[in-house]
Amino acid sequence: MGEALIVAEHLTKTYGSTRAVDDLSFTVAPGRVTGFLGPNGAGKTTTMRMILGLDDPTSGKVTIDGRPYRDLAAPLREVGALIDAKAVQGGRTARSHLEVLAASNGIPRRRVSEVLRLVGLEQVARRRLGTFSLGMSQRLGVAAALLGDPHTLLFDEPVNGLDPEGIQWIRQLMKGLASEGRTVLVSSHLMSEMALTADHLLVIGRGKLVADASIDEVVRGGSASTVLVRSRDDAALAGRLVAIGANVQAGSSGGLLVGGVEAAVVGEAALAGGIVLEELTPQRVSLEEAFMELTRGDVEFAAGLLADVPLGVAAAGWGAPTPTAAPPAGPEVRP
Amino acid sequence: MTAVASAPVRGEVRPARPAGFAQVLRSEWTKMLTLRSTWVTLAIAVLLGVGGGVGISAAAAHAYRQGHIAPGGWKPVQVSSISLFFVQWAVAVLGATVVTGEYGSGMIRTSLAAVPRRGRFLVAKAVVLTAVVLVSGEAISFGAFLAGQAMFGSGVPHAALGQGGVLRSVVGAGLYLTAVGLLSTGLGFLVRSTAAAMAVIVGLLFVFPLIFGAIPVSWLKQVDKWWPTQAGQQIYTQIGRHGSDVLGPWAGFGIFCAFVAAVLVAGYLVLRSRNA
Repeated sequence: MGEALIVAEHLTKTYGSTRAVDDLSFTVAPGRVTGFLGPNGAGKTTTMRMILGLDDPTSGKVTIDGRPYRDLAAPLREVGALIDAKAVQGGRTARSHLEVLAASNGIPRRRVSEVLRLVGLEQVARRRLGTFSLGMSQRLGVAAALLGDPHTLLFDEPVNGLDPEGIQWIRQLMKGLASEGRTVLVSSHLMSEMALTADHLLVIGRGKLVADASIDEVVRGGSASTVLVRSRDDAALAGRLVAIGANVQAGSSGGLLVGGVEAAVVGEAALAGGIVLEELTPQRVSLEEAFMELTRGDVEFAAGLLADVPLGVAAAGWGAPTPTAAPPAGPEVRP
Repeated sequence: MTAVASAPVRGEVRPARPAGFAQVLRSEWTKMLTLRSTWVTLAIAVLLGVGGGVGISAAAAHAYRQGHIAPGGWKPVQVSSISLFFVQWAVAVLGATVVTGEYGSGMIRTSLAAVPRRGRFLVAKAVVLTAVVLVSGEAISFGAFLAGQAMFGSGVPHAALGQGGVLRSVVGAGLYLTAVGLLSTGLGFLVRSTAAAMAVIVGLLFVFPLIFGAIPVSWLKQVDKWWPTQAGQQIYTQIGRHGSDVLGPWAGFGIFCAFVAAVLVAGYLVLRSRNA
């Protein structure tokens, strides 16, 4: 298969006065799942449409394996994409829809049965697509993407409309495809989903690239981590910590939140002052918080984003929210 | 549906046939035949053309026998082809929806991702539509002619295919319908919606010619003469009549074909430059 890279160079797309995608440059490498993350309206779908040659960039370019999509002779055998599961004609059956696509790229007919079985739709292969649920349509979209056994796969919000079993299945599928050495780019506006599937992240906000890093790097770099400490004498400890340059605040449920120094340094300061520690907990920033932090100010519709992060940061289970990562509250949020 | 079998993701697709124009043509052919709306539209076309032709011919023959039509004004070929005027609406719907059905549903994005070469995509659609409408259009035209002449019965003058200009008229009607279908396909690429495409078609085929005919101004007569769809109809409406106010059958049809080609080229330019 070779090095099937997706390479975007200064990709820009404007609609009227709106910059949907703004000078985006990135490389998507094979062998891992690359998450394409950003709030709704950040330009993820527009970027994917430009990769597929459906939209022309206003400037810049994007190539697959060194070639623009429109130059691929049999694109389905190189790139499989699930952009909009409902982009089918309802009057056709699942089987004939796939047969249409297979015929156009010289893909043998028996492969249609194969992918229908693969996505679990063989029982409804002769049903008209107009009667399909969103979940079934998503599965059909996955079948269409896999039809040509492509080296590169694009999935736009693939878990939308899937039942829990389907979500589990598609996560495994994407990881499996990447482990076979394929290039997999999957978009989502949910950080929690990315945490479960992606190895690498491209984070965009308002059409601009905000981060291009591994999940770990995003979490570490997202926000200065803090340490929660409780002691017999918080006041004395606070004084010692400030003296060594730490940033100290009162914790929301007692104790001190210490920023700027490692947990070990806090311990040493306590030992030096003869102060007994009751708790010393590094506060890891959750992926969700890191994402909020990265895209803050890049969010087009703040209330909409909040609605998309249903469980909030506290429920992410990785420690209490830090003050900096708290979601905007108050008058901006509609009741 | 929920049970997912462990079929191989990897498949035998690589020693595949080359993907060229023939493959796109096959894909478009499958598309056309696997939509129920294609068959419904064609059935309506047959019903309007042959069924309507039988009814109109029978009624006209009755009127002739009753003496309501003077023997000098009796035109048997025209009578049995009146119903084709209605068939062209069905053909126009088919021609437009081949394209606008894809825009309406979003299928166009799936299609263009599979066939990114816009010219190849458009030509394949046009070829498949031509094949389907030419075959069914000729069948309807011959059916309307033969059934219509059979309805005249005794005492009413018939036309036969061997008479001068008759075969050209009957074959020409099928050609005209094919050109209308292609015109509609081109308009579909231009305006991308069924309603808009049909509005333009109704204007071109019906509303403007009606206005030209209603207003007795000499320059409007000239416009009417050269108006593409009016010129195109000469190939089947003209039997042995050739005045200076109308074009010859083939010259008229040639003008119509040039117009259809221009619309298809414009449709291609829009398809190539506008976002899908």
